[in-house]
Amino acid sequence: MSNILSEEQVMLRDMAKSFFAEKAPVSLHRELRHNTDSQGFSAALWQEMLAMGWAGIDVGEAYDGLGFGFRGLGIVMEEAGRTLAASPLLSTVVLGAGAIQLGGSDAQKQALLPEVVAGNLLLAMAIDEGAHHDPGQTCLAAMPEGDSFVLNGSKDFVIDGNIADKLVVAARTSGDAGSTAGLTLFLVDADAEGLTVHARKMVDSHNTATLQFSHVMVSGSDVLGQIDAGAEVLEATLDRGRIALAAEMLGAMQQAFENILDYLKERKQFGTTIGSFQALQHRAAMMFSDIEQCKSVVYEALGAAEDSRDDLPQLASMAKAMVNHAYHNISSEGIQMFGGMGMTDECDMGFYLKRARVAEQSLGSASYHQSRFATLNGF
Amino acid sequence: MMSTLEQFRLETRAWLEDNCPPSMRTPIKPGEEVWGGRNAAFHNPESKLWLERMAAKGWTAPTWPSEYGGGGLNKAEAGVLSEELKRINARTPLVSFGLWMIGPVLLEFGTEAQRQEHLPSIINGEIWWCQGYSEPGAGSDLAGLQTRAEDKGDHFIVNGQKVWTSHADQADWIYVLVRTNTEVKHAGITMLIVDMETPGISTSPIKLISGSSPFCETFFDNVRVPKDAVVGEINGGWAVSNRLLQFERENISADAFAAEKPIDLGELTKTYLGARGTEIADPVARDQLARLRMREQSLQLTIKRIMDEAEAGSSTGAVSSIIKFLGAELNKDRYEYFLDIMGQQALGWEGEGFSESELMTCREWLRSKANSIEGGTTEINLNVVAKRVLGLK
Repeated sequence: MSNILSEEQVMLRDMAKSFFAEKAPVSLHRELRHNTDSQGFSAALWQEMLAMGWAGIDVGEAYDGLGFGFRGLGIVMEEAGRTLAASPLLSTVVLGAGAIQLGGSDAQKQALLPEVVAGNLLLAMAIDEGAHHDPGQTCLAAMPEGDSFVLNGSKDFVIDGNIADKLVVAARTSGDAGSTAGLTLFLVDADAEGLTVHARKMVDSHNTATLQFSHVMVSGSDVLGQIDAGAEVLEATLDRGRIALAAEMLGAMQQAFENILDYLKERKQFGTTIGSFQALQHRAAMMFSDIEQCKSVVYEALGAAEDSRDDLPQLASMAKAMVNHAYHNISSEGIQMFGGMGMTDECDMGFYLKRARVAEQSLGSASYHQSRFATLNGF
Repeated sequence: MMSTLEQFRLETRAWLEDNCPPSMRTPIKPGEEVWGGRNAAFHNPESKLWLERMAAKGWTAPTWPSEYGGGGLNKAEAGVLSEELKRINARTPLVSFGLWMIGPVLLEFGTEAQRQEHLPSIINGEIWWCQGYSEPGAGSDLAGLQTRAEDKGDHFIVNGQKVWTSHADQADWIYVLVRTNTEVKHAGITMLIVDMETPGISTSPIKLISGSSPFCETFFDNVRVPKDAVVGEINGGWAVSNRLLQFERENISADAFAAEKPIDLGELTKTYLGARGTEIADPVARDQLARLRMREQSLQLTIKRIMDEAEAGSSTGAVSSIIKFLGAELNKDRYEYFLDIMGQQALGWEGEGFSESELMTCREWLRSKANSIEGGTTEINLNVVAKRVLGLK
C-alpha cells in the first residue's frame, strides 16, 4: 500500500498546518510554561480543536466520531509537533480513547467515547512506575474483593495525569514483574477515594503526574477488557501511542531543522554565511537524510496502525527508536549551530531540545525499543 | 472478469515455472554472476540457458521497446514481472552496465543507427560494456578530466588514461568521457562509444586490498574513433553523463529490491556469540543488530516512498540524492558488524582453519570500503544534498 497522502489527507495536513501556525505558535508555549494556574494547555485552543472534530478523528461514526482513520490522527499530531502545541490529543484521544476502542465493552464505548469526542472527558493512561518506560515492570496490585478490586501502589510520569477526569490503569492481577502477562486494565475516576495525584514540573513544561493508589476500590464493571489478559490491548494501545508520539516528534524535528537551515543562511561570520562552510553543510545534509528516513518509517507505521497490521509492534518500535535518535541529534545540533544564541531563553531551539528529551523517554527510549524489536524479530 | 494485468501475472508465472531452471532459483554463488560478452564464460550451464530464454522474451530489458528486442512492457507489467521473479527467488540473468546505464542513455540521446547497432546485443548479453569516467587526476572532480579527443575532420584521435574502469580487461565496448574543448571545463566534454579492440587501447588490472582486481587502468594511445561514435552532441557530454549517473542511482534503488534473500544475521550472531533462549547472548551485539535492521528497513521504506512519489508525479530529487550515501554507509557498517561477531575467524586471508564463508566475509568486508568512494563519494553526495536540496551555498 502506498504511503502517498490522499487528497483528503493533504487537505487535512494543510488545514492543521495553518491552524497550529496561527492559533498555537511557539509563543503560546512560551506563555503557558510559567502559568501555574493553567491546565498545561490552552483551553481555548482545545475547544477549537474539538470544534474541528479532531478528538474524534479516529473514532467511529457510531460514537459521534469522524471515522477518518489513524493516519489522520498522525497528520494532526505531526503538525501540532511543529509548534510544540500542547493538547490532550496523545493522552486522551490516542491512549485513553484508544484503549477503550480496542478493549472496551459496548457499554463502555457508548458511555465514554462520545464524551471524549464532545470534549467533556479528559483521559490519561497510567503505565510506568519508575523513570524508564517498561510496562512489563508493572507492580501496582489489584486484589479481587467481591465483585470489585482494590488497587494499591503507585504510578509515575503519567502524561496529563494531573488534569484527567478518568484514568486507564495497568495493574497486576497475576504473574510477576518482568512480564506483561497477568496485567489487567482498569478505568478509575480521578476523584476516587484513596487516589492522590501530584503534578510534576518537567523541563518541557508538558503535563505529567505521580499517582498514589491507597486501597482504591474499583468496580468489576470498570475492568477494561479481560482480567489477567490486558497485555494485548495494552501493547496495541501503547503501539498506537508510540507511533502518534513519533509523528509529533517528526513534526517537531522538521521545524527545528527548518529553523537551523534559516539560521545557517542568515548568520554571517568571516564575511560570509555560516551555511557556506562544509563542516556545517555535511551535518545539515545528514540531518536531512535522517528526517527523510523517519518520514518513511512513521508514515508506514501510521498505515500499519490504521489497518491493524500484524507488523504493527515492529513498526511502532522502529518508528519510536529511529525518531528518538534523529530528534535527539537534531535538537543537540540545533543548539550548537545557533551557538551562543542557542543557549538563550529567547531562542526557540531550547524548547525543541527540552521537548525532545522528554518525548524520547515517553513510551520508550531507543534502547527499550531496540531490545523489543530484537525480541519481536526472534533475536 | 480478470484484468489484463492479472492475466499477465498468470501467464508470466506459468512461463517462469516452465523456463527458470532449478539452480537459477537458488542464491547466487560467488563467480556465477553472468556478465555476458564476446568471450562469455558460464560456470553453470543453466546460467546460459536462463539468459538465452530471458533475452528471447526481451525480459533482460523488460521496458525497452520491442523493436530493439526489449520486452516492451509498461511500468505495471514490469512491476509484475519483477514480483514474480522475486517470488521464485530467481537470479538476475544478466549483470550489465549496458542494461543499467548506456542502454537507457542510447534510448534517450542515441541516434537511430546507434540504437539498432547496440541495443539488441546489450539485451542478449553478447556485448559487455564498461565505463570510462574517472582519471588519475579526475575523481570526485570528474569534470576535470583530461583524456583528449582531437577533431581530425571525419574522426577523432583519442589520447589519455582512465582509471577504475570496471572489468575493462574483459569488456568489449566502452562508453568514455573525453575532452573535446580545452578552453572550458564542463562544456568541453563529449561522450564516445568505442570498441575495446580498436588499435591503441590497452588495459592493466589494479590489485585491490581485497586481493581481487575488478578494476583496470585503461590507456588510449592515438586511438582513431569515427565521428558517429558521439553520444548526443559534441561538447554536450556532461549532461549525458549526469543522466547516466541518474540511471546508476535508480539502479542502486532497484537493486535494494533484488530477489536475493538476506542472510539471517540473528541466527549467524547466535552461532558465533551464543544464545540465551531465543535471544543473542551478547546485549551489545543484539542492540547493534537491531539498529542495523532498522536502518535497512527504513532505507527500503524510503526507496519505496520515492517510487510511490514518482508514480504519483510528485518530486523525487530531494530524496533520491540521499539513497546512495545511506546505502553505502549501511553496507560498510554491516560488514564491520560481521567482523565484530565473528572475531578473528573473519580475519583469515586463505587456507585451512577458516570456512569458505568466513574467508569470503573478509574479502567482502575489504571490498565494501569502496562503497562510499565509487559512483560518487559520501562527501560528494552530502555536498549535493547541502547545495542542491538545502540551498546552502
